[in-house]
Amino acid sequence: MIKYAFNRLLTTIPVLWIAITVCFFILRMAPGGPFDGDRPLPEAIKANLAAHYNLDKPLIEQYFIYVGNVLQGNLGPSFTTPDFTVSEQLAVGLPYTLILGGAAFFVSLVIGVAIGVYGALKRNSYPDHILAAIVLMGLVVPGFLVAPILQLIFGLKLNWLPVGGWGDGSISYLVLPVTVLCLPHIARISRLTRGSMIEALNSNAIRTAYSKGLSDTAIVWRHALRPAMMPVLSYLGPAAGFLLTGSLVVESIFGIPGIGRYFINAALNRDYGMVLGTVVFYMVLIMVLNLLVDIFYAWLDPRVRTR
Amino acid sequence: MSIRSLKENIVEDTFTADKETGGRSLMQSAALRFYRNKAAMLSLIILCLLILSAIFGPYLIPFGYEDPDWAAFRSPPSWDSGHYFGTDQNGRDLLARTLYGTRISLLVALVATVVSVVIGVSYGAVAGYIGGSIDQAMMRFVDIMYALPYILFVILLMVIFGRNVFLLFAAIGALEWLTMARIVRGQTLSIKEREFIEAARATGLSTSAIIFKHIVPNLTGPVVIYAALTIPEIIATESFLSYLGFGVQEPLTSLGTLIADGAGVMEVLPWLLFFPAGVLVTLLISLLFVGDGLRDAFDAKELKR
Repeated sequence: MIKYAFNRLLTTIPVLWIAITVCFFILRMAPGGPFDGDRPLPEAIKANLAAHYNLDKPLIEQYFIYVGNVLQGNLGPSFTTPDFTVSEQLAVGLPYTLILGGAAFFVSLVIGVAIGVYGALKRNSYPDHILAAIVLMGLVVPGFLVAPILQLIFGLKLNWLPVGGWGDGSISYLVLPVTVLCLPHIARISRLTRGSMIEALNSNAIRTAYSKGLSDTAIVWRHALRPAMMPVLSYLGPAAGFLLTGSLVVESIFGIPGIGRYFINAALNRDYGMVLGTVVFYMVLIMVLNLLVDIFYAWLDPRVRTR
Repeated sequence: MSIRSLKENIVEDTFTADKETGGRSLMQSAALRFYRNKAAMLSLIILCLLILSAIFGPYLIPFGYEDPDWAAFRSPPSWDSGHYFGTDQNGRDLLARTLYGTRISLLVALVATVVSVVIGVSYGAVAGYIGGSIDQAMMRFVDIMYALPYILFVILLMVIFGRNVFLLFAAIGALEWLTMARIVRGQTLSIKEREFIEAARATGLSTSAIIFKHIVPNLTGPVVIYAALTIPEIIATESFLSYLGFGVQEPLTSLGTLIADGAGVMEVLPWLLFFPAGVLVTLLISLLFVGDGLRDAFDAKELKR
């Protein structure tokens, strides 16, 4: 087990390193420097700025400085907000993003599994078909379209929920953003659950359980749901990544001050330092989450470890 | 359509084919299966209508997509004024803008899909045909790329290519080829063991000639199916980026840009949101059903072998 976790960690590190390298050099290919504004700066000031941010050194040396800084947790300077480093801005935004993403993760898991199990138990009934249709809509209709419609209905017409912002952080501010963030994942999780649950219910183990005279509840919850959860678990790693990137748009629509909004603003303002820092941070976060899910999965299913 | 009814269809197909026509080509039976899939056929018809109206529509209506109608600002949809979808704050006809936006969205999807097909097919076919450690290394690279969050890369590329829409979407296509490469490699592995490839090798053809003249043409089926499933993904990505303000810029427009503009004023001018949104959702759903239908139609062939 520990050996598996260690090996998995070893394969993550080169991937991260390649990713950081690719991002660094892609951004350096971009035309124009970070200080080419509407008003041209005097050459001397430009040279000073470049020297301050190490931009006057050869590219390869800049790269090594950057990687060294990242290893120490310093994601570099932000060029448009020089008073704050990238790390400081991310630290401010991170709690909001984590609360939003964590709530969405939990809600989509619970609702998705519930819909999937229900669909598998009542397969090809009318409720099953109707749920499948609704779930398909959640998959097809993009979040940036669902969000304004929900804001219009629940925020403006019915006046039940706030349209955006974080407020005092109470649940009512979270309902709409979490809903928007959840919908596609509820769809994917419920489809996965339904499929693997049907397969599990048709297996020999379940027939044996029935012939032993076990109650329906025991069969569904103990004997069928457990093996049926394995494919869902393997989706949770990628899902954590999708939730983080999905929160980019949700945070901008609902005006939540998480790291997604910093990222979008930085990209719109062409703040290369901030964009690079945020992308690197996102990738580390996503890979760590993937790593945790994989290790958890291997702990549950010993077959994975030996492969 | 459930697996069982699919299987029955196949059995039926093979029997009727043997009795009546003395055999039916794989393409024909796939087309027949697709034809019998009601959801896919309906979606195909809707899709054709959308594409035709995106191509010819702008020439048929009296308003340009960027010309204001000075007599009608913010006018709701009406039959009398000829603005069937209404007009926006600048008096521009929404029908014209929606048609034009659909055209741009489709064009962008086409560019990106062509790029992804070209890269994915050549990469996968080369890796699969050459095999060995080169194959290992090439597929390892694909695995690494898979692990990276795709939308972040798109935004990175956007920061660089920002101003040129088609260059940007060529770049999206350049990131979308990963699954295509995997599928193509898998197919290539089985094709390269067949006799005609051995024959081609025996005649002394070069490796690149074998790959591109003999293997790639035999990949058409899976490539077409997967490309059909890629298009809605790219349209969604494009709308997402345009919504955030990265993609298509004024005065050009796309469905995502229109939805973003409409969402800002939905309380007072709701039609500005609902018409483009309706078109986008219809487009995505019909593309999805056509892609699924194609996959079902061709997958059945795999069951038959």
